[in-house]
Amino acid sequence: MDRSALQRGALGVDLRPGRALWLVAPVVLAALPFVADALGDASITTLATRIVILCIAAASLNLALGYGGMVSFGHAAFLGVGGYTVGMLYSHFVAGAPFLGFVPGTDQMLLTLPAAMIASGLAAAAIGALSLRTGGVQFIMITLAFAQMLFFLFVSLKAYGGDDGMIVRRRNALPFLDTRNDTTFYFVCLVLAAAWLGLLSRIVGSRFGLVLGGIRQSERRMAALGVPIYRYKLAAFVISGMGTGLAGALLGNFSRFVSPDMMHWTQSGELMIMVILGGVGTLMGPVLGAAALIGLETVLAGWTEHWQVVMGPLLVLIVLYLPRGLGSLVSRKAGGRHG
Amino acid sequence: MAEPLLAVEGLVKRFGGLVATDHLSLDVREGELHALIGPNGAGKTTFIAQLMGELRPSEGAIRLSGVEIGRLGTAARVRMGLGRTFQIVQLLPDETALDNVALAVQVRHGHSFRFWRAARRDASLRDPARDYLAMAGLAARADVPVSALSHGEQKQLELAVALAGEPRLLLLDEPMAGLGPSESRQMQDLLAGLKGRIGMLLVEHDMETVFALADRISVLVHGRVIASGDAAAIQASPEVRVAYLGEGDV
Amino acid sequence: MSLVVEQLLNGVQFGAMLFLLAAGLTLIFGIMGIINLAHGSLFMVGAYAAALTASKTGSFALAVPAGLGAAACAGVAVELLVMRRLYARDHLDQVLATFGLILFFNEMTVILFGRQPLFVQLPAALNVSVPVAPGVLYPVYRLLLIGLGLAVAGGLYLLINRTRLGMLVRAGATNREMVRALGVDIRLIYTAVFGLGALLAGLAGLLSGPLTSVQVGMGERILILAFVVVVIGGVGSVRGAFFGAMIVGMVDTLLRAFLPGLLRNVMAGSEADALGAGLSSMGVYFLMAAVLLARPKGLFVAHG
Repeated sequence: MDRSALQRGALGVDLRPGRALWLVAPVVLAALPFVADALGDASITTLATRIVILCIAAASLNLALGYGGMVSFGHAAFLGVGGYTVGMLYSHFVAGAPFLGFVPGTDQMLLTLPAAMIASGLAAAAIGALSLRTGGVQFIMITLAFAQMLFFLFVSLKAYGGDDGMIVRRRNALPFLDTRNDTTFYFVCLVLAAAWLGLLSRIVGSRFGLVLGGIRQSERRMAALGVPIYRYKLAAFVISGMGTGLAGALLGNFSRFVSPDMMHWTQSGELMIMVILGGVGTLMGPVLGAAALIGLETVLAGWTEHWQVVMGPLLVLIVLYLPRGLGSLVSRKAGGRHG
Repeated sequence: MAEPLLAVEGLVKRFGGLVATDHLSLDVREGELHALIGPNGAGKTTFIAQLMGELRPSEGAIRLSGVEIGRLGTAARVRMGLGRTFQIVQLLPDETALDNVALAVQVRHGHSFRFWRAARRDASLRDPARDYLAMAGLAARADVPVSALSHGEQKQLELAVALAGEPRLLLLDEPMAGLGPSESRQMQDLLAGLKGRIGMLLVEHDMETVFALADRISVLVHGRVIASGDAAAIQASPEVRVAYLGEGDV
Repeated sequence: MSLVVEQLLNGVQFGAMLFLLAAGLTLIFGIMGIINLAHGSLFMVGAYAAALTASKTGSFALAVPAGLGAAACAGVAVELLVMRRLYARDHLDQVLATFGLILFFNEMTVILFGRQPLFVQLPAALNVSVPVAPGVLYPVYRLLLIGLGLAVAGGLYLLINRTRLGMLVRAGATNREMVRALGVDIRLIYTAVFGLGALLAGLAGLLSGPLTSVQVGMGERILILAFVVVVIGGVGSVRGAFFGAMIVGMVDTLLRAFLPGLLRNVMAGSEADALGAGLSSMGVYFLMAAVLLARPKGLFVAHG
């Protein structure tokens, strides 16, 4: 009876698993930069900003992977496209020469973020349209292949830094706000993350979301009901790519640097790990996963240079003993994957 | 002469050298229950898959109310009034019985590219879904997750989901398979209640059910219809005895 | 002309190397349904064990069994400790766990042997070139690799199609229950297959030592190409892995050899080199995408 309306909140989301989290998290997140200031440790704010940005990417991947059952091993491509949109628009803005002769450069965040989402959405539409003709292991590998293609494409584009990447000398500007202030930028990212996660939670509970979940559970049944499977999967893949592109654009702004490494296959792997770590197909899972992975990396890295030697076995243990991710520690019922 | 609801003419499906469907012709009238029987491997499931558009036939015509549908995709055929159940149930295991049917109602209502409103509390989907559940005898089990339903209940739910698509022609792939005696009885009553309202093509091994329900019976052997007629005619047909019913006597 | 012959042979040699890796991957994929990202780590283990043995003892003959043994042992240990529990899980869990294994193997190697690449000297007897065509000299070691690749391909063919183990392996892939009913411990077969895959990965690793440097991360670079091979060839098909490896090895080698030169005809030298390198790296992925779009299950679909 755990699906009854009583346990659903205003967003139509099953709140019960992380009810405490939903109440406490906003307060903690809002207070965080001030706590960091009080402690005199600015690195807490930058760490939190990174986590918040990657939450957007992981939650977006989760729409495709967890809710739609599309195991993409190439989402770093969209992260990179988003980042490079910011970088390229900035470099054309500085140089004063329009991109492709007609797209003027800009350093305005209100333009670069939508542009990054459109660019990564188009990339996702192209990659998804081709990849979704396969399935299973082949889908995993063909998404990886497309991401590798983009990786090598950007490596070879000398005009945009090639292998070395490109520096974005100044963060994109917003009206009335000073994005160069790390606390301000943190809040910008936080608001965007909250908005994007809110949107995803609506999508998951909407008619579209139900059809998507149905396709994951039984493609044959949904086809027999008359659902054109391909279109729905592609739409979800594009939305997922756009969100990841948004995260990429923010990441480019955050580190003021974009490079082909953003598209490296290990980056795709890390995004997957965040999703799986937190709990596939749950709303808060990727958030938990991103926080846990980056937090763990930071803690272990502060402890030993060879932190990966601990991280690796830890991941294995989590897979073996917490198959539904960390989210299952917070609540007994988590994970839509196995029911 | 009125067009039958479904008319299949000269349908052929080849897999490489193997002929799974061999110049198959058959029709189903409005409101009729037409049973298709035949030994294992006769090509019954392959035939249903071709009717639904899951497999492309190699040759032949499939008409629904006189309209050729043989080249259409599954979604288009469903819009024109086709529906099916699966021999091995195809349900959404993470959802409740009601959610399964509500989703079928939702799909019939048109496209689902709607991204904002919460669909799980949409009365325009839930209320009709409850009616279909009741029709299939599952009113009391609406909020039970599929994984907690018995096999018989899952078969009933499979039927409810198909009915929610409001098909004019329902293709039933062995709805009795794996049911106990009382569950069988219940399913038989359900199907009997649908006769006259929607056309049904029933693929079934359970002869008792077939002879009790069918208006007409066709016998499929090696992808070909070798006999067609009412229960008495089929039971009397010497070809059927040799090719099919005789199996048990040898 | 001699350059073309040489590059063609290089392509075949790279293909042979890829095949050694891909054969294990595709067997593990096809039979146990496991995506093993850590296969590249076994490749690295083989390369390191051989390189270290060679430098300590100065004997290439000792390095070979050391590399094979280390990789096989590591493979069997990984199977017993981790993989065995992942057979029933979905691909996601396998990707995550084997990704964790990569982190472990790479960092452990850094701790034990540092980040400096190792270089392996070939024994003088192998460090010669022989004429393969009029006026074309080719290193005998690379010819040996080609021969070994072909020999392994033949051996695997015989193993799978002619032996009782192969029969069980083929049956196990399609029908686990049937094999169990025959009274065979399927777990033992799985461990053996995994060990065999590890052995081949180790062989590829130790053989590639003298050609490239031995360093951390060497496994992953070639692993992704091996996955491309497996997918192009058709998951689970050893025959597919062979032809896939030859195609990928050839395409990759020829693009790298000739594309920058062709581009230099139309643009400045440094830009041509960068673009040429990028495009030739993209080539195999482009090939894989094209193959999958034409044949979503790859060129050779295993088991009918």
